[in-house]
Amino acid sequence: MKLNRRTFIGASAAAAASLHAPTVLAEGHGKPRVVVIGGGAGGATAARYLAKDSQGQLDVTLVEPSRTYVSCFFSNLYLGGFKDIEDISHTYGTLAAKYGINVVHDWAVDVDRESKVVTLAGGARLPYDKLILSPGIDFVEDAVDGWSIASQNAMPHAYKGGSQTELLKAQVMAMPEGGTFAMVAPPNPYRCPPGPYERVSMVAHVLKTTNPTAKIIVADPKEKFSKQALFEEGWGKHYSGMIDWIGADFGGGVVSVDPSAMTLTIDGEETKVDVCNVIPAMKAGRIAELAGVTDGNWAPVNAADMSTKADDDVYVLGDASRQGDMPKSGFSANAQAKVCANAVRGALTGSKVFPAKFSNTCWSLIAKDDGVKVGATYEATEEKIAKVDGFISATGEDRALRKTTYEESEGWYAGMTTDMFG
Amino acid sequence: MRAASTASLVAAAWLAAGAVGAAEGGDASVFARCAGCHEVGPAAKDRIGPHLNGLFGRRAGAHAGFAYSESMQRAGNDGLIWTAATLDAYIENPRALVSKTRMSFRGLASAQDRADLLAYLRRFSDDPSDLPEAEPTARGVDHDIDPSILALRGDPEYGEYLSAECVTCHRVDGGDTGIPSITRWPTEDFVVAMQAYKRALRPHPVMQMLAGRLSDEEIAALAAYFHEIK
Ligand SMILES: Cc1cc2nc3c(=O)[nH]c(=O)nc-3n(C[C@H](O)[C@H](O)[C@H](O)COP(=O)(O)OP(=O)(O)OC[C@H]3O[C@@H](n4cnc5c(N)ncnc54)[C@H](O)[C@@H]3O)c2cc1C
Ligand code: HEC
Ligand code: HEC
Repeated sequence: MKLNRRTFIGASAAAAASLHAPTVLAEGHGKPRVVVIGGGAGGATAARYLAKDSQGQLDVTLVEPSRTYVSCFFSNLYLGGFKDIEDISHTYGTLAAKYGINVVHDWAVDVDRESKVVTLAGGARLPYDKLILSPGIDFVEDAVDGWSIASQNAMPHAYKGGSQTELLKAQVMAMPEGGTFAMVAPPNPYRCPPGPYERVSMVAHVLKTTNPTAKIIVADPKEKFSKQALFEEGWGKHYSGMIDWIGADFGGGVVSVDPSAMTLTIDGEETKVDVCNVIPAMKAGRIAELAGVTDGNWAPVNAADMSTKADDDVYVLGDASRQGDMPKSGFSANAQAKVCANAVRGALTGSKVFPAKFSNTCWSLIAKDDGVKVGATYEATEEKIAKVDGFISATGEDRALRKTTYEESEGWYAGMTTDMFG
Repeated sequence: MRAASTASLVAAAWLAAGAVGAAEGGDASVFARCAGCHEVGPAAKDRIGPHLNGLFGRRAGAHAGFAYSESMQRAGNDGLIWTAATLDAYIENPRALVSKTRMSFRGLASAQDRADLLAYLRRFSDDPSDLPEAEPTARGVDHDIDPSILALRGDPEYGEYLSAECVTCHRVDGGDTGIPSITRWPTEDFVVAMQAYKRALRPHPVMQMLAGRLSDEEIAALAAYFHEIK
């Protein structure tokens, strides 16, 4: 039997609508107000879809301290010399001018869920009917012995976009001949599972030409990592003998650093290093914690619409959320934002709410024209966002396919950033 | 007519049924439809199209020295291999498999003609006896595809919601660096292409996965939306 499209949509819309009876608005204000905190992969997408699809029926405010969003996605390609910093920098002009979003460049410092007001560092108070948080990540304090955020200049994390990424690149370029680049990789869960290993590949790519006798050490608290077989195959092929990955089984998780002496100690053995990229354990961006919607390090959400378990009117997207099976990626944050925007608009304006649908694809570049990818589709269950189906590039693929795969990632970057910023 | 031909796109019933072309070695007469552009046989050379010797089991767009379209090269890079099933689909409607193919040929609607032609072409592949009768994908599929799939009128509003998943990769503005543009296509071509991914006739893991979970109604809705995009 075939499902009739109309009854199908009708049924699911009705089901979703019953979960979200239109919010009764406080008297005395006009359009329903949505405040979005964080203008990154999740927040910019959510704001744009809300404004675009509601066609003026909603008052959308986007709070983001930076005037320029330098994406983490493709920042490794910048390290590898494949992209310039301008290629990965984006501004909010179109979101304001074309979509009528009220873009406020400031930090949100407090959320009062009782009276439904967000306070900004500059003192402004923003009342909301629905609040969407997509603040990305912060680092867990004391996660790496000897490292704190105060040492991020000596030992950059480069795991938030912008100046940190540029700093890391400058340090790599300034390495002495035959020097050592070290990375302290993060424990699960963290943003962009293949990110550290793509970074290792890109640093190796640069060093291979500028500094071929240099060495790379990776101290990893995990026993295995994303796309491992693909990376290891590529490292053997392109950067033979250069990269030493020390996993948990070999003490990779027992590390301490000394940023003033520039030393890294792995399982009791101290090494002098020239660049030390420390990527500590992560947690939800601090504002999620301040809003009181986190449980442990992350904010638990309902899979159907990304609303928090703590508050029906507060939603958390992207890296900061604990949603189930999706990896913390820009692609995921973007997919979640669209599901959330559809649900929020439905709740506030009574528009049709369609069933949630998610997918993710993450590309990684191992060397020039050697791209790989991993991806999956997901559905919303009562309990979580659950994986349905997936694929991963195979080892031994030919060069033509790897090149096509890399070109695809460039197509995705263009599509993704247009989807975020218009 | 178009609807009927799509029904057999899947990998024509003759394959699953194990039918072979009319004559044991196929029928050369249908090849006349191709001969304006292709040669086959011992002295065959590339003409408007590449020569068709050694075709079965070969990757699409892989015959050295011939300048294929970008679309055909991409399909080959992605892993499109010429088999009875994929050739049948390509010859039936070239764009179903390779959207922007340079082969300007409308397609052979008759399943019998295609069967005869493929049996004939098989003679010019290295070891025809090794060739499978049909790919696993060609077996066990539902051959009763509702011939009305193409006639479905999609709901653009639903299509717009569904399209949100697509435009992370396929730019709405029609830009096509690295990933092909899918805006303003004739709706039939769009549906035919999506059905080809859904049935794994077209290679590409992402598109097979995404198309695989779209219903025919949803594909129609997407086709309608992307067609109307300004
Ligand atoms: C090296 C690296 C490579 C990566 N590669 C990929 C890739 O190839 N593909 C992919 O899909 N993903 C990739 N990612 C992951 C991707 O960058 C993140 O998953 C994605 O950015 C998460 O989106 P988000 O909206 O949760 O957070 P972000 O995009 O980080 O956005 C958060 C925003 O919130 C703002 N903010 C924070 N706190 C406040 C506050 N209190 N008030 C106001 N604003 C605030 C921040 O300034 C920031 O702009 C990569 C990440 C890294 C580090
Ligand atoms: C009007 C000219 C023309 C006609 C008629 C034509 N073809 Fe083609 N064919 C081409 C061109 C041009 C290409 C290359 C397509 C591309 O690069 O997109 C091609 C490609 C092909 C390929 C792919 C070859 C490869 O190496 O991957 C096959 C198979 C094929 N044709 C079979 C046929 C068959 C069978 C017929 C007859 C039913 C036919 N063609 C009719 C012009 C034609
Ligand atoms: C993760 C990125 C990604 C997403 C998401 C995606 N596509 Fe694709 N799509 C591709 C790539 C890459 C190709 C080229 C594949 C190939 O070579 O066959 C493609 C090809 C296509 C084609 C054939 C284009 C041609 O020129 O032959 C159509 C039609 C299409 N996609 C439709 C869709 C629809 C509809 C959606 C949403 C439901 C979607 N795609 C989502 C990456 C994506």
